[in-house]
Amino acid sequence: MILGLARSWSLTGYAIATLLVLPLFALLLQAAQPDEAVFGHLLSTVLPTYIANSLWLILWVSIGSLLLALPCAWLMARCEFIGRRYLQWALLLPLAMPAYIVAYVYTDLLDYAGPVQRSLRALFGWSSPQDYFFPDIRTLGGAACVLSLVLFPYIYLLARTAFMEQSLSLAHASRIMGCSPWQSFWRLSLPMARPALAVGVALVAMETAADFATVNYFAVPTLTTAVYDTWLGYGNLTAAAKLSAIILLVVFSLIGVERFARRKQQLFQKQSRIQAIDLYRLSSMQTLLALGYCGMLLLLAFVLPSGILLSYAINYFEQSWDPLFWQLSVNSLTLALITSLVCCVIALVLMFIRRVSPRSSDALPSRLASTGYALPGTVLAIGVLVPLTLLDFAINDIADWLGMAGPGLLLTGSTTALVFAFCVRFVAIAIGSVESSYKRISPSLDMVSLTLGQSPRRLLQRVHLPLLTKGLFAGALLVFIESMKELPAALLLRPIGFENLATYVFQFVSDEKLEHGALPAIVIVLVGLVPLIYLNRSLEQDNR
Amino acid sequence: MTSTLNLHQVHSDYQGQQILKGLDLTLAQGEILALLGPSGCGKTTLLRAVAGLQAISQGEIQINGKTVSGVGQFVPSEQRGIGMIFQDYALFPHLTVAENILFGVAKLTTAQCKARLDDMLALVKLEGLAKRYPHELSGGQQQRVSIARALAYEPQLLLLDEPFSNIDAQVRHSMMAEIRSILKQRNVSAVFVTHSKDEAFVFADTLAIFNQGVIVQHGRAEDLYAAPNSRYVADFLGSGNYLPAEVVDGHSVTTPIGQLRSLTPLSQSHAFNGQVFLRPQQLALSADDAGVGTITERRFLGAFCHYWVKVEAASHAYYVEVRSQIMQFNVGQRVGLSTEPHSLVLFES
Repeated sequence: MILGLARSWSLTGYAIATLLVLPLFALLLQAAQPDEAVFGHLLSTVLPTYIANSLWLILWVSIGSLLLALPCAWLMARCEFIGRRYLQWALLLPLAMPAYIVAYVYTDLLDYAGPVQRSLRALFGWSSPQDYFFPDIRTLGGAACVLSLVLFPYIYLLARTAFMEQSLSLAHASRIMGCSPWQSFWRLSLPMARPALAVGVALVAMETAADFATVNYFAVPTLTTAVYDTWLGYGNLTAAAKLSAIILLVVFSLIGVERFARRKQQLFQKQSRIQAIDLYRLSSMQTLLALGYCGMLLLLAFVLPSGILLSYAINYFEQSWDPLFWQLSVNSLTLALITSLVCCVIALVLMFIRRVSPRSSDALPSRLASTGYALPGTVLAIGVLVPLTLLDFAINDIADWLGMAGPGLLLTGSTTALVFAFCVRFVAIAIGSVESSYKRISPSLDMVSLTLGQSPRRLLQRVHLPLLTKGLFAGALLVFIESMKELPAALLLRPIGFENLATYVFQFVSDEKLEHGALPAIVIVLVGLVPLIYLNRSLEQDNR
Repeated sequence: MTSTLNLHQVHSDYQGQQILKGLDLTLAQGEILALLGPSGCGKTTLLRAVAGLQAISQGEIQINGKTVSGVGQFVPSEQRGIGMIFQDYALFPHLTVAENILFGVAKLTTAQCKARLDDMLALVKLEGLAKRYPHELSGGQQQRVSIARALAYEPQLLLLDEPFSNIDAQVRHSMMAEIRSILKQRNVSAVFVTHSKDEAFVFADTLAIFNQGVIVQHGRAEDLYAAPNSRYVADFLGSGNYLPAEVVDGHSVTTPIGQLRSLTPLSQSHAFNGQVFLRPQQLALSADDAGVGTITERRFLGAFCHYWVKVEAASHAYYVEVRSQIMQFNVGQRVGLSTEPHSLVLFES
């Protein structure tokens, strides 16, 4: 704490935070505008279906990923069998797979002309779709399956930690009082893990609510696709903002659930850890079952899709390895680099103010700035468009008034809007990273530095900055990766003619020829693997 | 003698609670003062207020005659010229010993810096470790670096916040003596915060006893020990016995163990009814079958023995703790009690 810290620091913090929450407020203001024409029409026709679809999807994905994740989490946390060490991190791999790519791969495999149905027809001598029943993947149920496959690791990760951190003496007590391992799981472990499961389910539900690409590809109309269509189809910002506000309502209630569950979680987790000798040793039959289940899940969610992607990439390598691929990579890289740099600077400034300011209100800017992370890409894009469009018009009006030629769409027509949107969405990651690094710096270092005659700015330069490098780097890396992967915001905000890896891959997915976009798709998957290495390292530490 | 530090009616609040409630204190040039009190009594808050790291709500703080905190006045920490030593040493982990020591040194040529560094390393006996990083040093060495860093800055005043609590008990006393001699050698004025009376006795010239945001007594350690002004101070500086006492004349009182005589005149007047405070080593035992006391417990502690003696007077029994170098008294034995000649301490009942 620095008594008498100059007010200019606080002002800077509030200015940055205001800029970053601008999209959210602009969106809500815009949504409050009356708009009978488009929104009224939607409301009386398709909107109820869209809302129902969104909610059903959230429900099915939550249930699906919970069912997939629970057995894995329990096996990894409480049992010992061959291959467990590898499986426990391999089960995180599906997180690196964009859901729309998995969706594409399975459509290719399972549709009428795909290898599965072709072999079935050859085997049974069927000749037309009338001869047999085969489930259609391009439905709400199909989307739920695909999303569950890539999102279950969230729940797996949290449930696994919860099972590991449950007090061992409780487990022993239940066994001594006559519970079988199975009863002990139902009566003890599962109820105690409930808050962690709730957090996981809330995260999965938020990701589902934000999903655009998968449902769009499957032509399942939901709220996110409705926002996209309303803006690109009708060009109606108010209706798009109204739809976004409905999504926000869903997302914010999910955040409420998550926060509530996290608070409960602290009650249930104790310090004593499960040791290696306390694990259930599985018999060879049980091991086979466990390996079979986890292996099958891994195969379906990661190995098969990435294998197919790889084979596409190899077969179409000549066509894909061209100057365009390089151009796209450069576009993605530049965008991600700028975003991560800006996010780091913002995070550093906001967290420095929060740490040293004697005014308790100065904790607000960093909190406000972090809210952007909750905005789904589609919603965020609309939120960014509202103020930037106004600004663009204003700039041109002023130019007109001054008798000069207007610069055109200075903000919305350039990558500025894109960088801004990415910063709003991902600055929370950088802030979180800097925050946890700051926790490891003793406050007495600040006091020593001050009493040794260093100004607040020198404290930041000479002490905090060097000690935060690791945290800043980790934050920058994660922001970089998220920016490379982010699709819906990029789709809605990119200037005409601008493509990056994600939008390009999605274009090919939509056009049913991912083969040609397999190389950039692989780059996206590989980039997505990097944060898993970080996660894996923290898992290894858990094991010690 | 000029005073280095001057506190006048200092008040400080934290989250609506009064932590400091009107403190007055002065510190002479070259003096080492210990702020002694239980944890949570506000002594660290006072240290931080002096350093400009904690706001005060009323009163005034002066360093070398200049007001640094006061009504409408505030000099930021970085302009106060203060050195501070922390419990966790607070060394910069990304800097070497040399860079840590020279952290606050400004406006010196390279040669002058080198000279200052060598001087400091010699002072704290860390020659040859200049290029090490803090994590490569022992706790004691780290503490010495933090002293060198504070002194290299040539502070007007050194503040030490529980500086020895993380040091092993075996080396703590020699470390304290060593640092004390360094400070004395450089004639540094210092305020030292601790909850341990033993540390305060060894390290400081004067003591200020703290209780719930107020200084209850301030003075030389010997004076406070011999003449505490309250039971709080008496108890804080060591255990003792309270016995009912009535003043007979200017020098004596009657107590359940007999009439006691004070070396110096008593301030209380005739017929004052109160309690006399006697430290265990101020009492002496003698084998006496007609004595007033009976030994109820004996505890052998090496160089001396602690005895608990039951004294029955009127209808009341008192238990008295006596520290004696005579080891042969046994439980159940009757003994006589007398006092070593000293100035008696009397309190109101």
